[in-house]
Amino acid sequence: MLSIKNLHVSIDGKEILKGINLEIKPGEVHAIMGPNGAGKSTLASVLAGRDLYEVTEGEIIFQGKNLLDMAPEDRAKEGIFLGFQYPIEIPGVSTVNFMKTAVNEHRKHKGLDPLTASDFLRLMRDKKALVEIDSKLTNRSVNEGFSGGEKKKNEIFQMAMLEPKLAVLDETDSGLDIDALRIVANGVNKLKTAENSTIVITHYQRLLDYIIPDVVHVLFDGRIVKTAGKELALELEEKGYDWIKEENGK
Amino acid sequence: MANIDTINKDFADLFEQGKELLSNGSSDCMNKTREKAFVQFQELGVPTRVNENYKYTNLIPAFDHPYNVNLRYMEVDVDLNDIFQCDVPELDTNMVLLTNGWFYGNNKVLTELPEGVIVCGVQEAAQKYPDIFNAHYGKYAKPEEDGIVALNTALAKDGLFIYVPKGVVIDKPIQVVNLLRSDRDLMATQRNLFVIEENAQAKIIVCDHTLTHHKYLSNSVTEVNVAPNAVFDLYTLQNQHLNSVILNSIFIRQDKHSNVLTNTISLYGGTIRNNHHVLLDGEHCENNTYGMYLMDNKQHVDNFTSIDHSKPNCLSNEHFKGVMDGEATAAFAGRIYVRRDAQKTLAYQSNNNLLLSDDAQINTKPQLIIDADDVKCSHGATVGQMDEDALFYLRARGIDEKEARQMLMFAFAHEIIEKIRVEPLKDRIDALVDTRLRGEISKCNTCALACKN
Repeated sequence: MLSIKNLHVSIDGKEILKGINLEIKPGEVHAIMGPNGAGKSTLASVLAGRDLYEVTEGEIIFQGKNLLDMAPEDRAKEGIFLGFQYPIEIPGVSTVNFMKTAVNEHRKHKGLDPLTASDFLRLMRDKKALVEIDSKLTNRSVNEGFSGGEKKKNEIFQMAMLEPKLAVLDETDSGLDIDALRIVANGVNKLKTAENSTIVITHYQRLLDYIIPDVVHVLFDGRIVKTAGKELALELEEKGYDWIKEENGK
Repeated sequence: MANIDTINKDFADLFEQGKELLSNGSSDCMNKTREKAFVQFQELGVPTRVNENYKYTNLIPAFDHPYNVNLRYMEVDVDLNDIFQCDVPELDTNMVLLTNGWFYGNNKVLTELPEGVIVCGVQEAAQKYPDIFNAHYGKYAKPEEDGIVALNTALAKDGLFIYVPKGVVIDKPIQVVNLLRSDRDLMATQRNLFVIEENAQAKIIVCDHTLTHHKYLSNSVTEVNVAPNAVFDLYTLQNQHLNSVILNSIFIRQDKHSNVLTNTISLYGGTIRNNHHVLLDGEHCENNTYGMYLMDNKQHVDNFTSIDHSKPNCLSNEHFKGVMDGEATAAFAGRIYVRRDAQKTLAYQSNNNLLLSDDAQINTKPQLIIDADDVKCSHGATVGQMDEDALFYLRARGIDEKEARQMLMFAFAHEIIEKIRVEPLKDRIDALVDTRLRGEISKCNTCALACKN
C-alpha cells in the first residue's frame, strides 16, 4: 500500500529525515515511536503534503502512485488521512459545512453524486456515535473552543466520515486522559478493516495497549533504527530511549 | 488636475447661481440651515488629505470632474417600479425608490405600514409635517466639522423621510433602493431624516444601485433620532460600479434605553467613504456599529467612525472587517469618546483585515479619548494574511485549495453578516458575499437592474 524509499526531508536547509525506508501492507498497523525531535511529526506532515518541508531525495509510492507529485487535497481523496497532533481551530467554518464539503469532494473523486442533506445527516449521526462525540461540538465551528481531548475525538470523527485507506495518527494520544484515550482508540479499532492501514505515531506505549500494532519502528535522528514486533514498544516503555541513543552513538 | 480652490470655488458659484432653484420648493427651515451650511462650507471646503480625518482618502480626483447637478426633481421617463424588482426570497419589505437622491415621484403607496408611520420625500415632509421636521432637521449632522457634510446641507433638496410614531413597531423592514440613473455624469446629493419615536421599532435596509455606467458622485447625509426605548436597525448595502464615488455620512443620536444596530456592507464601488457618527445621549443605550468591506482592483474604502459616550451606563460594540485583494486600499478610523461623567461605559472596538495580495493596503487607527475613570474600553486592530495552517487543515481533508481559501474568507466575513437581525437578509448577504469572494460580481441573480459594474 505504502512504500517509502530513502526519504530525505529538510526544513530551512536543515535535514530532518535522513533516509527513511518503510513498507506498509494493507490491513497492517504500524507504530512509529521515538524521542522528541526524531522527525516523527515531520514524516506525518510530509505524507499529508505540507509544503513547509522540502523533499530532497527519495520517493513515496502510495497504491502505485507517486504521492510527492500530489497536492494535499488529492492525497486525501486518494485515501490518506492525517490525524493532526495539534488540530487547527477554524472560527466561522461550521463542522457540518466542513465535513459536507470534504465528504462530497471525496465522493466526486470516486465518481459518486453528492450526498443528499438527509443522507449526510444520517452519516454524521452514525459516525458521531462511533467516537462518542457530542452534537454540541459538531454544531460549532471547527475545533473552536474545544478541549484537547475533544479536538482529538474530532479528528477520529473526521476519519470515520472520510474512511481513509491509510490513516496517519500523529500523537493522537498526547494530552488525553485515560477515558478519552480509550474512546479514541476504540474509534480507531472500529474503523479497522482488512484493507486499510494505520500508522500510529506516539511517544509512549500506552496507546498501543489499545491499538495493537503489527510492527513497531523506532525513529531516531531522522532514520528508522529499529523495527520489531509489538514487544518493542514495551521494551521502550521500560527502558526509555537512552539505550537507543547510545546504540546510535549520540 | 484642478486644485482644491477651483473645486471649492465652483461649488460657491453653483450655490450663488443656483440659489433660486435651491430654495424653490424647500421649506424655510431647510433654507435657513442651507445658508448657514454654505458659510461653513466656504470655511471648510472639500476636505483634503491635510485634514487628519481624510488623511487616507484623496477626494480631489473624486470632485475634479464636470458633473451635472440636478437642483430640481427630474421626471423619470420609465416606471422604475417595473425596472426594479428585488428578488430576495422571503425578504418581504416595504420598498421605497429614490432616484439620484430624490424621492421617486411614482413610488407605490405603502399600504401595509402601521397607522401614523410616514414615509415620504424630505421636501414633502418639510411642507406637510413641519412640527416633526423642524424639530429634527439639521440637529444631528455636524456641517461645522466636515466639508462634505456642509456641502450636502448647502445643496440638500430631497431624500427620504421616515417617521415612526411612539409605540409603533414596523414588522416588515423598509427597503430603500437608491437608484443612480442618468445619461450624463452626475453628482447626487441626498439628505435623509429618520425619526424613531419613543418605544417604536423599525428596520431599514438601504441598497445602492447604479443603473448606468456614468461616473457618479453621491454625497448623502442621513440623520437619525432614536427616542427612549426605541429599537432601530440600519443596513446599508453598497454595490456600485468602479466609476462611482460614494460619500455616506450617518449621524445617529440615541436617547436612553434605545438600541441601535447599523451594518454597512461595501461590496463594490470605486471610492467609498463612510462616516459613522453615533451620539449616546441618554443612559443605558446600546449601540452596535458593524461594517464589512470586500475590495479588489483599485477600489478604495474608508470607514470613519465616531462613537460618543456622553452619558453613563451605555454599551457600544464596534466591529469592522475587510478582505482586500489586488491593489485595493482601505482605511479605518475608530474614535471613541467617553465624556467626563459617562461612568460605567462599556465600549468595545475592533477592526480585522485580511490581505490577499502584496499590493493591497490598509491603514487602521483606533483612537480612544477617555475622560471618565470607571469605564471598560477595548480596541484592537489586526492585519493578516490567510492562515496557512487552517488552509492546510482543510486541504488535508480533501478540499481543494481554491475552495478552502473561499471557506476561510467567507468564515472571516461571516462574523459581521451574522449580526444582521433580519434572517432573509442575512441569507441573501451570505450569498452575495460568497459570490463576491469568488471574484464574481455579486448582484442578485434575477435583479432586472443589471447594474453596470
